[in-house]
Amino acid sequence: MSLQDLQNIPYGKKILELKNISLAFGGVKALTDVSFEVNKGEVFAIIGPNGAGKSSMLNVINGFYKPTSGLINFAGTDRKGMEPEFAAKSGIARTFQNIALFKGMSTLDNLMTGRLLKQKQNFLMQALYFGPAGKEEEIHREKVERVIDFLDLQSIRRTPVGSLPYGLQKRVELGRALAMEPEILLLDEPMAGMNVEEKQDMSRFVLTVNNEFKTTIVLIEHDMGVVMDISDRIVVLDYGKKIGSGFPQEIRNNKAVIDAYLGVSDD
Amino acid sequence: MSVDLLNFIETVLNGLMSGVMYSLVALGFVLIFKASGVFNFAQGVFALFAALTLVGYQTGQVPFAHLINELFGTNYHHWYASMPNFLAIILTMITMIALAWVIERLVLKHLINQEPIILFMATIGLAFVLEGVGDLMWGSNVKVLDVGIPSGGSEWLEQATIGLAPEGSDYYGMYVDVLNVWASVIAVVLVVSLALFSQYTKTGRALRAVADDHQAALSVGISLRTIWVLVWAISGFIAMVAGIMWGTESGVQFSLSLIALKALPVLILGGFTSIPGAIIGGLMIGVGEKLAEIYIGGFFQIGALENWFAYVMALVFLLFRPQGLFGEKIIERV
Repeated sequence: MSLQDLQNIPYGKKILELKNISLAFGGVKALTDVSFEVNKGEVFAIIGPNGAGKSSMLNVINGFYKPTSGLINFAGTDRKGMEPEFAAKSGIARTFQNIALFKGMSTLDNLMTGRLLKQKQNFLMQALYFGPAGKEEEIHREKVERVIDFLDLQSIRRTPVGSLPYGLQKRVELGRALAMEPEILLLDEPMAGMNVEEKQDMSRFVLTVNNEFKTTIVLIEHDMGVVMDISDRIVVLDYGKKIGSGFPQEIRNNKAVIDAYLGVSDD
Repeated sequence: MSVDLLNFIETVLNGLMSGVMYSLVALGFVLIFKASGVFNFAQGVFALFAALTLVGYQTGQVPFAHLINELFGTNYHHWYASMPNFLAIILTMITMIALAWVIERLVLKHLINQEPIILFMATIGLAFVLEGVGDLMWGSNVKVLDVGIPSGGSEWLEQATIGLAPEGSDYYGMYVDVLNVWASVIAVVLVVSLALFSQYTKTGRALRAVADDHQAALSVGISLRTIWVLVWAISGFIAMVAGIMWGTESGVQFSLSLIALKALPVLILGGFTSIPGAIIGGLMIGVGEKLAEIYIGGFFQIGALENWFAYVMALVFLLFRPQGLFGEKIIERV
């Protein structure tokens, strides 16, 4: 399995399938028997109330957690679990719910870390900025500059990201993921804590990435308006179980989903 | 210039020089702490082990000679009479890199995601094991380390300063040990090259990324374990430099591992996570204790103030600025 295999999958065909995934921490069951599949090139949303296991699911996909049972079918191969390094190498990039940026580094350096896996020259050559190493640095810098342009980050290129406002940090984090040129992009609440304008910007970025680079997107989001607008398909989790899945229109009318969100009276 | 002023300058100069030596040890601590969140109690033993190994290679000692002779009744002691300095240093470097790799394999790998206190305890264990292994490998006698760094008082400085005192005064010029000057030069080169490496290479970038946020580093595909080996190897290298300097000054003996204790006040002053902090903290401690020895100690007629003054400075800092000069501010949500 390599990035190549992933790129060879035709659009609209299954790229990632989670089969009966369960995840438990001691006695706490975070996920119970959850299955769904993600097709190449779609925007796929995972929704559910707080504590439903959405972030755990994302962590299973990129290998931070190993499922207690179940299989992950990734580009046609069944696996018991992923490794973060393997996931990154195979073209899975992600962002985090509570922004995980390299706070002491500039925006540019943060984005450049997204290119680390693609840089081949070793550090001795780089230390001398010698021949191919110098040229390589330029090539990667160029890719990163494109991401900077796309996300409108020009003015904060040299700013240490720790001092940036929240909304911009989220954007830099997305930038770092994009710099990896991923096949699958996992977004954990990309719009949490944003105002309406920022949400619109972020939705636009997500849709553009999906349209122009054909990147498959798996996102967790609480804003139902946004979710219904931008996603192609949705899966709903509640207390670690899958309670519904389908197109936005179906989810909107799903009784179990409405009950989970609004609560249900006993009588 | 009056003799008093010249004496003061001499004290400060000597303080700065010994401060550099403290900084070197503290630097090893900071690097590991930043990258893996481990307070490496074994850093002092690293320096000792590196110095022992260097002398061992230099003089052609057979490792574990005593053990082998005891077990098999043989009588091996030396393989060869001597080895060129640079070759011995390179071999020691390779040994320290191998040591870092072994530590990652045997200790760190199994303790990923454990509490810091557990990792700390593990490094205490590591310190004892390494000290024992060092003893077994190279013997516990005090050894002379000479890699060709000149030492002794600087004639030149003495001659240059003797004329500065007023005519007819009883002044013999400043005393500065050449070894300390060399140590400072080497430390500066080391710090500058470390800074360049971490700023301008992809490995350096990965290293800074890991120091900043483990999860984020994993998500862009950085291998934590490779970086850890690298960081421990760099710390081993710094320990070697510190070991060479201290070993040249006072011989390679097991009390060398206690220099780690002198690094603690440096870290408290400079902050555990800051490389500039380690350097400036070291210089402050160096100058502070020399000044205290001469002026406070001289005034109150107490000797050996130098030995404990650093800890007093650290205590004062803990009271007023617990995160150190450059450390990350401790903010706690209530």
